[in-house]
Amino acid sequence: MIAGGLRRSAARGGGILLAGLFIACSGFQSALDPKGTKAATISQLTLFLVITAAVVYVVVIAGLLFAMRRASTRTLAFAHDDIEEPDRERTRIRWVASAAAVSALILLLFMFVDVSAARSLSQVGGLRPLRIDVVGHQWWWEVKYPDLGNPHNTVETANEIHVPVGRPVFIKMTSDDVIHSFWAPNLDGKKDLIPGHETRTWFRADTAGVYRGQCAEFCGHQHAKMAFFIVAEPRAKFESWLTSQQSPASTPTDSLAQAGERVFLSASCAMCHSISGTGAGSKYGPDLTHLASRRTIASGTLPNNVGNLAGWILDPQSIKPGAKMPPNQLDPAALQALLAYLGTLK
Amino acid sequence: MTAYRLALAALAATALLGCKREERRFREMPPAATASNAVIVSELQPGPAFVEAGMRNPYEDNAYAVSEGKTLFNQMNCSGCHSHGGGGIGPPLTDNEWIYGSDPQNIFATITEGRPGGMPAFRGRIPNYQVWQLAAYVRSLGGLQGKAIRSSRDDHMMYKESEQARDKGHPEATFVPPPSEKP
Repeated sequence: MIAGGLRRSAARGGGILLAGLFIACSGFQSALDPKGTKAATISQLTLFLVITAAVVYVVVIAGLLFAMRRASTRTLAFAHDDIEEPDRERTRIRWVASAAAVSALILLLFMFVDVSAARSLSQVGGLRPLRIDVVGHQWWWEVKYPDLGNPHNTVETANEIHVPVGRPVFIKMTSDDVIHSFWAPNLDGKKDLIPGHETRTWFRADTAGVYRGQCAEFCGHQHAKMAFFIVAEPRAKFESWLTSQQSPASTPTDSLAQAGERVFLSASCAMCHSISGTGAGSKYGPDLTHLASRRTIASGTLPNNVGNLAGWILDPQSIKPGAKMPPNQLDPAALQALLAYLGTLK
Repeated sequence: MTAYRLALAALAATALLGCKREERRFREMPPAATASNAVIVSELQPGPAFVEAGMRNPYEDNAYAVSEGKTLFNQMNCSGCHSHGGGGIGPPLTDNEWIYGSDPQNIFATITEGRPGGMPAFRGRIPNYQVWQLAAYVRSLGGLQGKAIRSSRDDHMMYKESEQARDKGHPEATFVPPPSEKP
C-alpha cells in the first residue's frame, strides 16, 4: 500500500520533472529559447559545456565500472602468476597520463570557448544602440527612454520595455532602494541593479515577440512579483509606440472621466504617481501617463483590466502584501469615475 | 523535563518580546474611525468632565513602522523643509523642543491639519496609518522611541551625540599607590 503510494508519487514527481524539462526548452521566459544574439551565445556556451561534461562523465563512469569488473576477475590470477606485473604497471601509467592530458586539453578548450563567448557578449554590433534607463524599485521597474536632443520627449513608463527588432539596446541601470537584478533570459544574462551605482548591459532582440523578465536578486517581500515584459516590435511599430508615449495625457472629454481626474488629483494617488499634463508629478510610484496602454499592472502581477485595477486601487495589500501602495477608501461613484479616467490614459 | 519546559518558556518569552518590534502589518483595516477628529487641542471642555479617549499610536515601538515612516518622510517631502530632521525652513525635529507637543496624537494632528507658518495639511493625502508611521518616525528622531527601534544611521543628526559616536575615552584614573608605599 505504502510502497504503491510511494511509487505513484515518485512517478508523478518524475513526470512533473520531465514536463518541467520540456517546458524549460521553450517559452517566454527561458534561457534555452534564445531570441537575441546575446542569449544565443550564452545558450550555445551552456549547451557545449553541459554536453561535453556529460560525455566526460559517461566515459569516466564507464572506465571506472570496467576497471572494477576487471579487478574482481583478475585478483585470483595474480596469486598464481605475477610475471606480467611490470608490464601492467607501465600500461597503467600510460592510461592515467593520457587521461590527465585529455582532461587538461578539454579544460583548455573550455577556457578558450568561454573567453571567446565573453568577448562576443561584450561587443555591441550593428546599428547605433538605443539607450534605455532602468531603475529598480521595491517592487517595480521604472523605464525611461531619454531623448538627449530634446528632454521634453523623454518617455517614462513602468514594467514594460518596448524595443525595436534588430537594433541593439543599451541599458543603464541603477536601483532606488536595494539590490535588484535585471533578467530577461530570452535576450540576455543577468545584471544587478545597485543603489548609488550605475551598471550597464545591452541586448538585441532578433525576433518580434513578448518576453518575460524577472528580478533575479532577492529584494524583499514581493521579489517574486517583480516581473517585466520586453516587447520586441518591428521598427515602424516601435517608432509609433514611442511617439504616442511622448505625448502628455489627453484631457478627458466626458464628464465621468473628468470627475475621475479630480478624484485622482485630490485623493492620495497624486502623492506618489505622476501623469504628465496634469498637476500630478510625484515620482515615487510608476508613471501613469499611458497606463491603459500597458499589458499588466503591479509589475506583471495582474492583467491590466478594469476589474483588476479596481481591486488593486482599493486593496493592493491583499494582492501584493508589502507593496508600497496603501489601501484607498473611495466611495463607489468616485472609484468608477477614477477607473473611467484611468481608462482614457492610452 | 522541567529544564526542557523552562527552556521552551524562555524561548516563547523572548519571541513574544521580539514581536512588537518586528511586527509588519501590511494590510491595515480601512482607516475609518481613527481619524484626526479624535485629537483634542484644547484642555477646556463644555459639559461634564470628559475623559479623553486613549488615543495611541499603534506603531509606537515598532521598528518596521519607523523605517517605513523614514521612507515616507523623504517621499512626502517632509525633508524639503525639515531636512532629514535637522531643520531648515521648518523647525528641527531631532531636538527636544516641541512647539505643538510631542505626543503621538499631537504629531498626528500637526501632519493632518497643518500648523500656522508653513506646515501644510496632509489630510486626505496620506492614509491615516501612514501618518501614524510618520509620527512614530518623527518621535524616534527626538529620541522618544526606544533605542532599539530607531536606526542608528542618523545618529550624527541628533542634538545629543549617540554613545557609539562619542570618543571612547578612558576610565578615570584611580589612585594607585606606588609600590614602595604598599604595606
